[in-house]
Amino acid sequence: MPNPSEPHLAVAMHGIVKRFPGVLANDHISFEVRAGEIHALLGENGAGKTTLMNILYGIYQPDEGIIYVKGKRATIRSPRDAIRLGIGMVHQQYRLVSTHTVAENVVLGLPVSFFFPERAARRWLEEFSQKYGLSVDPNARIWQLSAGEQQRVEIIKALCRGADILILDEPTSMLTPGEIDELLGIIRRMAAEGHTIIFITHKLDEVFAISERVTVLRQGKVVATLETAQTDKTSLARLMVGRDVIFRLEKKPAQPGEVVLRVEALHVLDDRRLPAVKGVSLTVSAGEILGIAGVAGNGQRELVEALVGLRKSQRGRVFLKGQEVTNQPPRALIEQGVCYIPGERAMGLAPGLSVAENLILKDYCQEPFARGAFLDYAVINAHANRLVDQYSVTTPSPATPVKLLSGGNIQRVILARETCQSPTLLIAAYPTSGLDVGATEYIRQLILQQRDQGTAVLLVSEDLEEILQLSDRIAVMFEGEIMGILPAHQADLGTIGMMMAGAQRIPMSEAA
Amino acid sequence: MIVEFILLVLKAAIPAGTPLLFGTLGEVTAERSGVLNLGVEGMMIVGAVTAFGVTYTTGNIWLGLAAAALAGSLLALVHAFASITLRVNQVVSGLALTMLGLGVSGLVGKRFIGMPPRTRLAPLTLPGLSDLPVIGPLFFRYDPMVYLAIILALVLWFMMYKTRWGITLRSVGESPATADALGVPVFRVRYLAVLFGGLMAGLGGAYLSVVYTTAWIEGMTAGAGWIVIALTIFAMWDPVRAMLGAYLFGGVRVLQYRLQPLGISPNLLNMLPFIFTILVLMLSTGEVIRRRVGAPAALMQPYTREER
Ligand SMILES: Nc1ncnc2c1ncn2[C@@H]1O[C@H](COP(=O)(O)OP(=O)(O)OP(=O)(O)O)[C@@H](O)[C@H]1O
Ligand SMILES: [Mg+2]
Repeated sequence: MPNPSEPHLAVAMHGIVKRFPGVLANDHISFEVRAGEIHALLGENGAGKTTLMNILYGIYQPDEGIIYVKGKRATIRSPRDAIRLGIGMVHQQYRLVSTHTVAENVVLGLPVSFFFPERAARRWLEEFSQKYGLSVDPNARIWQLSAGEQQRVEIIKALCRGADILILDEPTSMLTPGEIDELLGIIRRMAAEGHTIIFITHKLDEVFAISERVTVLRQGKVVATLETAQTDKTSLARLMVGRDVIFRLEKKPAQPGEVVLRVEALHVLDDRRLPAVKGVSLTVSAGEILGIAGVAGNGQRELVEALVGLRKSQRGRVFLKGQEVTNQPPRALIEQGVCYIPGERAMGLAPGLSVAENLILKDYCQEPFARGAFLDYAVINAHANRLVDQYSVTTPSPATPVKLLSGGNIQRVILARETCQSPTLLIAAYPTSGLDVGATEYIRQLILQQRDQGTAVLLVSEDLEEILQLSDRIAVMFEGEIMGILPAHQADLGTIGMMMAGAQRIPMSEAA
Repeated sequence: MIVEFILLVLKAAIPAGTPLLFGTLGEVTAERSGVLNLGVEGMMIVGAVTAFGVTYTTGNIWLGLAAAALAGSLLALVHAFASITLRVNQVVSGLALTMLGLGVSGLVGKRFIGMPPRTRLAPLTLPGLSDLPVIGPLFFRYDPMVYLAIILALVLWFMMYKTRWGITLRSVGESPATADALGVPVFRVRYLAVLFGGLMAGLGGAYLSVVYTTAWIEGMTAGAGWIVIALTIFAMWDPVRAMLGAYLFGGVRVLQYRLQPLGISPNLLNMLPFIFTILVLMLSTGEVIRRRVGAPAALMQPYTREER
């Protein structure tokens, strides 16, 4: 092992241990990054990637272990110390003040001029826009920006503070394919300028696209550090998950039955009260998956929310098994067998409640969980134990608050609740966003399994690969309209891409 | 006749609203950092008794005001320690502070009841301006504290929106995790904001006992602290809007006295400020939602770095 105090190592972490109640998040981790390299940190949900980087950035204090930064022993007690050492971090959940302007976010905490500090921000924003192509409007408020633009603000924040070691925690998980390419370009430019980049991801393609070396984490331990050029996708996947991963799903031909969901010329407004869904018509039959492709923000969210009763539609009608259910409240729809896996995980759960309680959120007022006004915790816990086993949720116990689980496990809890009693209609919005290959594979299989059991599935996703893999028919949404519905075997990336961009429309016929 | 009456109410509304303005400016600052302090009533009354006591003993009104500011911040320190360091529920801690303040002031103030004031604060006279008809008495003949409150409101507004401190303060109240990740000392900012809130509440109470009423009466704040809490929302956490709100409520208070001789039940009139509070809250809540200028997002949330 090289000497940790060698200056060519930008970061050396040795024997890092971090425990959380019931979890050993980092188990004697040793991690070294060379100066000027792009180093990928790969691992499943809950492997401990964020924890390790939070330790380097001073947000968590390690229980054991030592850290060297640029060859010198470092004690990092707070982000302030990390910043002083030239470390910058773009967090997985962006840390931005969403009601403030870009300029205000950039200068926060910087020793710029006391009066009118945003002026300094404008200068920087111009400079970085020229140097790395990071352009954002300094006067825009954060909540008005897309995820990609917000991320640029985060990167600019780190650069302004003179960061030459930049940690990017799953920077691509919220970006569209175009934005991802742009980001990778920016990262390459920064590395060429001499920045050291730590790039956290669980997507294998990205590891190969960008990194020089890769460290794989599994269940809190380092399983390998490799030169990226000397490895391949299959072996990395095996290292990460600990078993072989199937990249192709087994999919039987669909056996569509009667029509379960029929939507007729539905119109829905968005939060700003502008039309978001403009006359959408579609049907989903029992035993088939209708995939809705499209770039996020083209009305998918509003459509789904109208279908599950969270948003009122303006015009048009919705039928469930021939019965009109337009604008019925969620409770009524749930009772008729509509289940919903929301895209934003926080929406599907009560984060402070335990796993067991979250698993009965929909049925808490019914037998056998409730007896009169009281809850029967013996039954609830037994139910939780059964589902935790069946859906392989990794949790210290069913009594753990759900917010402490990793992303993949949180999604399993939602899936377990939504699918455990064979729904009539399953609406899944971005079901695998932010999940690692293992969890993604599991969830896709589960959705197929639901279909085979005769559930009608409406799948909304931005991930074209997911849409193509799972759907029996594919609808493409653009600016609130369906550009066409294709049977999956006729769909190819090119056509769908054109439709997603609004450049092609296929006339609707019920045959499709 | 009517015009005279309106002018009379307007002129009286400014001093009547001044203690509310002091309190509201303080509470706006504390809440902007993410700490709700329901102890304003307690801090104001302690400020009132301290100011009266010190002024009575030393004969120096400025010493009285300074002592009140100090007393208010000391009480606020209790709340800061409980809610920021110990992470006690802010509502509980604030309510406790109010009760503590009311109790302590009653006890300490016993011997000042019925005592005459030893000095008064003379109104400022600005040569020329103060003698103008109508405008003179309406704008240029108040005591110095009235002008101090106005200047503070303007300065605070400027600090909040145009300086580094302001960005820091507002960020800590919106998203302490964001501020912390950039090396901002979240705890220190919150402590200072809460202490400043106490200082201002102390001054507001002091204004009541040594400038406005010039006497110590037990429980003399009479709910002013609660109106401050409501005004903070009405002001949408903005110092300049706080000015508007405080004088409006000052006007309501004045009306309360002016309408009494007309035979309206005093009980009804005593309810006036609180009815008005409820109305104002109902109206401004709508606007708060419409304009997306809600309460600081992290209001009432204690911060710890390692929690998620
Ligand atoms: N603040 C915390 N309190 C309690 N448990 C935590 C905390 N932070 C992380 N954990 C736990 O530590 C483990 C590792 O979490 P971490 O966030 O580091 O995973 P990750 O590799 O970043 O996963 P993901 O891909 O989902 O982001 C998980 O089991 C998680 O539940
Ligand atoms: Mg993570």
